Formats: sequence, C-alpha cells, structure tokens
Amino acid sequence: MKFGVVVFPGSNRDHDAWYAVSQVLGQQTEIIWHDATNLGDVDALILPGGFSYGDYLRCGAIAKFSPVMQSIRKFAADGGLVLGICNGFQILVESGLLPGALVRNRGLKFVCKQVPLRVETTNSPFTSEARKGQRLLVPIAHGEGCYIADERTLDQLEADDRVTLRYLENPNGSLRDIAGILNAGRNVMGLMPHPEDAIEPLMGSSDGIVIFQSMVSALVAAH
Amino acid sequence: MTPQVIEAHQLTGPEYDKIVSLLGREPTYTEIGIFSVMWSEHCSYKSSRIHLKKLPTRSKLVLQGPGENAGIIDIGDGYAIAFKIESHNHPSFIEPFQGAATGVGGILRDIFTMGARPIAVLDAIRFGPLDIPRNRRILEGVVSGIAHYGNCFGVPTVGGECVFEECYNGNPLVNAFALGVFRKDQVFYGKAKGVGNPVIYVGAKTGRDGIHGASMASAEFTEESKQKRPNVQVGDPFLEKLLLEACLEAMQTGAIVGIQDMGAAGLTCSTCEMGSRAGTGVEIDLRLVPQRETGMTPYEIMLSESQERMLLVAEQGREDEVFAVFHKWGLDAVTIGHVTPDGILRVKDHGEVVAEIPNRALADEAPLYDRPHTKPARVAPPDAPPLPDRSAPACIRADLIALLSSGDLCSKRWIWEQYDYLVRSSTLAGPTADAAIVRVKETGTSIAISLDGNGRYCVLDPREGTKLMVAECCRNVSTAGALPVAATNNLNFGNPERPEIMAQLVESIEGMAEACEFFQTPITGGNVSLYNETLGEAIFPTPVMGVVGLMKTAQPTPIHFPAPGLALVLLGGFGEWDEERLGGTEYAKVILQKLWGLPPKLDMPYEKRVHSAIREIVSARLADAAHDLSDGGLAIALCESSFGPASIGARIDIPASPRPQFTLFHEGPSRILIATSQPEKVVEIARKNSVEAPRIGVTMKERLRIDCGSATVLDCDLTELRQPWETSLERLLHQQ
Repeated sequence: MKFGVVVFPGSNRDHDAWYAVSQVLGQQTEIIWHDATNLGDVDALILPGGFSYGDYLRCGAIAKFSPVMQSIRKFAADGGLVLGICNGFQILVESGLLPGALVRNRGLKFVCKQVPLRVETTNSPFTSEARKGQRLLVPIAHGEGCYIADERTLDQLEADDRVTLRYLENPNGSLRDIAGILNAGRNVMGLMPHPEDAIEPLMGSSDGIVIFQSMVSALVAAH
Repeated sequence: MTPQVIEAHQLTGPEYDKIVSLLGREPTYTEIGIFSVMWSEHCSYKSSRIHLKKLPTRSKLVLQGPGENAGIIDIGDGYAIAFKIESHNHPSFIEPFQGAATGVGGILRDIFTMGARPIAVLDAIRFGPLDIPRNRRILEGVVSGIAHYGNCFGVPTVGGECVFEECYNGNPLVNAFALGVFRKDQVFYGKAKGVGNPVIYVGAKTGRDGIHGASMASAEFTEESKQKRPNVQVGDPFLEKLLLEACLEAMQTGAIVGIQDMGAAGLTCSTCEMGSRAGTGVEIDLRLVPQRETGMTPYEIMLSESQERMLLVAEQGREDEVFAVFHKWGLDAVTIGHVTPDGILRVKDHGEVVAEIPNRALADEAPLYDRPHTKPARVAPPDAPPLPDRSAPACIRADLIALLSSGDLCSKRWIWEQYDYLVRSSTLAGPTADAAIVRVKETGTSIAISLDGNGRYCVLDPREGTKLMVAECCRNVSTAGALPVAATNNLNFGNPERPEIMAQLVESIEGMAEACEFFQTPITGGNVSLYNETLGEAIFPTPVMGVVGLMKTAQPTPIHFPAPGLALVLLGGFGEWDEERLGGTEYAKVILQKLWGLPPKLDMPYEKRVHSAIREIVSARLADAAHDLSDGGLAIALCESSFGPASIGARIDIPASPRPQFTLFHEGPSRILIATSQPEKVVEIARKNSVEAPRIGVTMKERLRIDCGSATVLDCDLTELRQPWETSLERLLHQQ
C-alpha cells in the first residue's frame, strides 16, 4: 500500500509519520509537498503534526489555503483515507473536513506527556484492529488541543459512533474527553495524540501502531 | 574619534591605539562599531583565551575541535554528531521570553550551519529565589521562550537543570545545548573559499534589533541596563525551521562552498570569520542586503543581530541552484558580494567604501589579556558552624520533606512538560533521567547527554568544584550505560577585570582541564560568559558542562524502581564526608541555610572505576533501575527512584554511625543506587573494579523506611513525600 505524508512549511512530525509507516510498517511512503496539485497514486494520506505556517493567525488556518488542500478535499470526498494528527487534525477542522474546533488547552500551556486513551469504536478504518474499550498509551504534545463543538454537533458525533478515541485523564479540557473523531463518511480521522510516536517499545509504548495497522488492513481489504 | 565615542564602544585607550596601528589610520564610525563587537569579550574571548588553551581538545573520535561553529565527534557507521552549548544570560534578564528563545535559536543555527540536523536540546537555567516576584516572571518567561522556540522548530528538549540561588537575582543564567547528526562526509565549514565566488545572504531580513548585543553581553549590569531592551533580538522559530530545511537541502546540491550563521555581531562576524578562516577577503555591498526597515545606516546593518539569517559562499555560476532551494522554502536569498584574494573585509554602501579592514585584524588580532589573578573570591567561612542535632525521626522526616520541597530538588515537571521532548520519535530517555538518551535511527547508536553545574561547590573551591561537575556528568552518562567521549563547556563568571574573579575562572579552567583529561572527555567547543555582575555583585562561579556519551541502542535502564522485592545495592558505598565538606550541600543550604567549608571530596580514579562498573552492570542488563547520587545525597536519590509510575519505595539499612542525617544527606560523589534481582552479580562486577557495593535494602510497595542501627529513623507512606515534591514548584511560582 502507498501512503503519502503531506509536508507543509513548518510541519515537524512529518519524519515521525514517515518513519512509522515506512520503516516500522514497511509500507511504501511518499512525501507530498504543500504546493502539489496532484496526489499521484497514494492510497492513504497523513497530515502530520507541527506548526504549519508557524501556526500564525490560528493553528491550521493558513494551511487550509495550501494548493494541496484542493486535492485532499477531493481525495477525501472520493473516500480516500485521511489521517490528521495534531496540527493535521487542526488543519482538517479548519478546512471543514471535520466538525468542531481546537482551542487553547485548559491549562493555557503546551503539554507534552504520555496519556492513556480508550478506543471508543472499532467501526472505522483507523481503529478496526483495536478492541473496543482497549487502553492505549500514546503521547500528546500540543498547546491548542482542547476539542470543542456545540452540543448538537457533539450529540451527533456520539449518535453516529464517530468518537474514536477518548482521554482517560483529560489533559487539555476537551469536551466529553474527545481525543479523536471521524467525518460522516468514516474515512477521515483527526486526533490530537501522536500514535506515530508510540510505535516501538523503545519509544516507551508501541500502542499507537494499531492505528496504522488498521489503515493498512482497510486498504488491503479494499483492494 | 572622540574619547566619548571610543568609551561608548567599550574600547580601552590602548585597544583604540591598536586599531589605528592595524589600519594605519583612524577608523570610520562604521569601522569602530565593527571592531567594538569583534573585540568584545563575547566574540573575542580576550580574557579567557590564554587559559582555554589548557583544555584537552583531541581524541581519535574528535573530528572538529574548538574554533568552528560546533565540535564534531565520530559516532561510527559513517555518521557524526555536532554539538555545543551557548549562553544567553544577559538578554534573558532584560527580556526573558525572547532572550531565552533566541538563545535556543542561536545554538540550533550553530549546529545546522555545519550540515547537521538538530536532534536534541537541553537547557541549564538558574534564577534568584522564587520568593521574589521578579524571579518568578523571569523563570516563566525563560521557560516559555525555550518551549516556544524548540517546540515549533521541531527539536526535542530532552533535559537540563534548573537551580535557584540568591546570586542569580540580577543575573539569571540561560545556557542552551544543542546536538545534531549528519553523515561524516557531509560536514560544512564557515570558510569563504574560492576567489570570485558569490557571497549569498539567506533568511530573514535585517532590522535594527540586537544592535550591540555582543557588547551588552560583555559588560556588567547597571541601573541603565534596562534601557537596553531594544538590544535583545526577536526570534521566529517558524522561519528558522524553514531555514534549516532549506540549508540542508541546498547543501545537497553540492553548490555550497562554505556557510556560517549570523549570530552575535551578525553580518560583521560572519563575513570576517569566513574570510579569516579561508585566508581570503570578502567584499559586500549593503545596498543588496534585504532590509525590513528603511533608512538603516551601514553601522546599523553591520551590527544588527536580527535572527534567522545565514551567510553562504557558493560556487561561481551555480547560484541559481542555491536560489531555487531557498525560494522553494519562501526565503530571501541574494548575492551581496564576493570572495576576494586580498584578505580584506570591504564593506560598500551603494558602491562607496564605508569599511575596509583586514579580516585577520578582526578575527585573529583581537587583544589578548593575561589578566591578573590572585586568590579566588570567597564569600563563605572555612569552618563548619556548630551543627544542630537533627537526628530524631521527626527531624529526619521534616528535613527530608523540606529538601524535597525546595526549588532545587523538587520535581521540575511544570517546566519540562511545556517542552516537546518527544518530537522526532527518537527520545529513549527524557527529562527525568540522569542522562537524556536520543537514538540515531540511521545507525544502531544512541547518544547519552548530561548537562550539569554546581555554583555552590565552585564558589567554595573553583578547581575542585569544576572537577566534581565533570565527574558527575560522566557518572550520569555512564549510568545510562554510555561511554563518555566528549564535552562542551559554558563558563559563567563575573567581571574578569577583578583579580579575585579572574582567579575563579583560571582555577576552574585548570580543574576542568585536569578532569577532562582524566575522564577522556575532550572539550570540543563552548562559550564563555563573563561580566555576570549587577551593581558590583558577581554570581557564583558557574561553569556548566555538557558531556556526550555513546552506547548501543537499547531499552534504557529506568531510574524508577519497577517492582517490589528487588535488592538495593549502593555502588560506590556510603561515601566520604566530614563537617567541613558538608558546607556546599543542599542540606546545608535548605535546612541550615548556610554555606561554608569545601565541596565534597573527589577521588578521580575511584570515580572512574565506578563508571566502568556501572557501564558493565547496565550493559549486562543486571540493573532493573539505576540512579546516580548527587544533590541531596542518598535520601533524595532514594526518593526520586521511588517516585515512579509504579510507586515502589524501599526499606534500607544505614550504618549506626555517623548520625543518620549525615549518611542520608551528604553529597560524597562516586555513588550510584541500583535495584537488581541479581545482587551477587552486581557485587561481583563492583569487586572486580575495586569498588565498594554494600547491599543496603530491598524495594517495597508504596513505603519508604530507613533503619539506622536498631532504630527506625524514617517510616512513611510515599505519598507523604511525593506530594510536596510534585507540587512545590507550582506553589512557589503562584505564591502571592
């Protein structure tokens, strides 16, 4: 399967995502520059963490105008798998591919730590290889990771089983402890924690690998 | 030139005369500005250079020693690491957030200008006590400045230290260390080689910020210093991230001949140093320099310290390849001049020559002073005061809690959780470890790094204090299982024109030379920060050391006890102490609120044997946990190892004599606490290395108990100790 890692100016976990997918999972992986107008023949996309465009104005607010976002919107509309991690999640939300918003952490400070998560649904191409209720230890590293949305949107997300991951010890004030969500088509997921930094025992946890394994399984099944 | 102008540029009469004789004429205003920064203490090391020569700088692994942007060490498999430490003390006092942020930015540029990708940052920071509101503001500003820059740039901040002392009230210290990795055949140097080659300016535009920053860092603070806020630069980590990627990509084109960042003294320093190293001249026209303000004078452009700028020399005719890369990353890149054969830095402004100085005069002919030095300044009495009897269990418990709650020893989680210590997914051991460990994914090697300093030891005896610091860094790195191979130093001292301060500097450097020679950790570069004085009050002599070690990539040994029932071995033994040598300890500082006598006694050969033993023990995977003893002694190490995720404490026995507080809190070096399921094997390795290794107890769930002879001197629930340790820093920061 072929993954694409999208690099915006200021992305800084692009290498981590590339390493996880290509070196640990052994998948073909391509780097896609932010001004690319076509995505080539990739089967899935990762929008990595970082500070795209310096996070000026608002996290992800400038990246949504990148030329590559046109193609990504189309890719997502056609059912392609898109995973947005941290800054990638912020970009997906700013672009309207996912509902809600990510605002300043409740504690007003950047927080880097390992946090326990719970898998809320396995009905998604990003969590199918996990067990429902499974506990994952995955790090966070963000200053603006507090997920918010209006009550109706939150209720809708829950009713549609689109909350994929929840914090067991809420580190940032996210409403209803939400750490990761799906779009209505279930082919786009955004999450604040970094599964790509929990991929080998040497990293202190390899729990994050299940996210990428699920994506690979989904792609294999689709082919 | 009037005496006032000369004095305003911090040049002495004889220095000015030397300028006139080097030029054969009076300097222009722009030229005197250029000389003043290049001959400042910060850039020229004029007071320290003759002593720095005493430091060992070579080994078979050292590919590049002092004199370049950073030192380079061969790590095998065709790869190398570049690393250095640098201070940003003065700016961080004047404007804590930007001062610290640009300190990180500056050291990162030193690393990637050589072609290495930064993979780790550590910071040693020191402040006045937190009961003074201004110190709290400085700490918060410095920490958020470091976080802001490193997090956005995408380099993990994997460790460091934070210490509080009265003497840093008016002179906080911010020392930033960075380390990068590259292929050893892809090293770039700051040399302007090849006559006729274009000199290219890349990165941010030049503004009026930071003019005379280097000179500011070469003077004491006075009441007027607050007006120097405009001298502090403003950093943009996003721009630096782009600059990093663009530089590394441009280097791959093969069109770049030499490259140097514009740090202290900006365009001045980069042009004359690159020319001087290559034995060439550099001619530039300031009209071509990208500027973000209008009406800047040649003087201002040459002395600006605007951040995120680089100067490079490319192969003639291949400029477009270089421009293409920088334009891809949205950065300015313009040719501003060329390399000449005459060895002269020639600065033109719209074609008119405004400065014409031999490069060597600036870079190599700077004044060199053998400043008078007498006996090191000393503030503390030599003899111990009468020591109160605090051996009752109630006292031991209260004192332990007081130590755990102190600024120096409490948990620094509030600080390091604001740093992204995981980006690049290569951090094997982060901020809580004795030594940070980052792996080099391209090879099977990992790098262990320890940053350490101890101003209290050094003010009592600069020579011995510095040796203790080197020993501790090497012990930290060895406890991680790594072999220490090289070091970088940051010498933070007061005014070298005072003989008793100069004496501290000389003794410290000589102690460092002796210890670095002995522990085989050559110094490959570093930084000297003098004039850390405010209104005539000097800081404690505070050398800070960064030691790097190499190890095979493997699961690191934790400092935390993982399970109950493990044997505890105190490698190195209970240690040596006496009342005189208790005077520099945290116990003396926090409990007795005094400073006296001498630092702990170091036996270097014994220390080295302890390092060999622990490396062997860790490599053989015999240690389930290992933690070196340092500030606060045995009791604090025991607590720190107990405060892990599993909440595993211990029960230990200490000798009936001396009094328990001395055994528990003295800071004798050469000791490491080990938890093991195979104590016989650990003791055997210790014996083979002629090192003591008493078995002192066992780990157990959720309690800490200490028996001294037949008496129990401490028996309490871990949470009683852990809670004050964990919450103290936030409480100190938020006090009213």
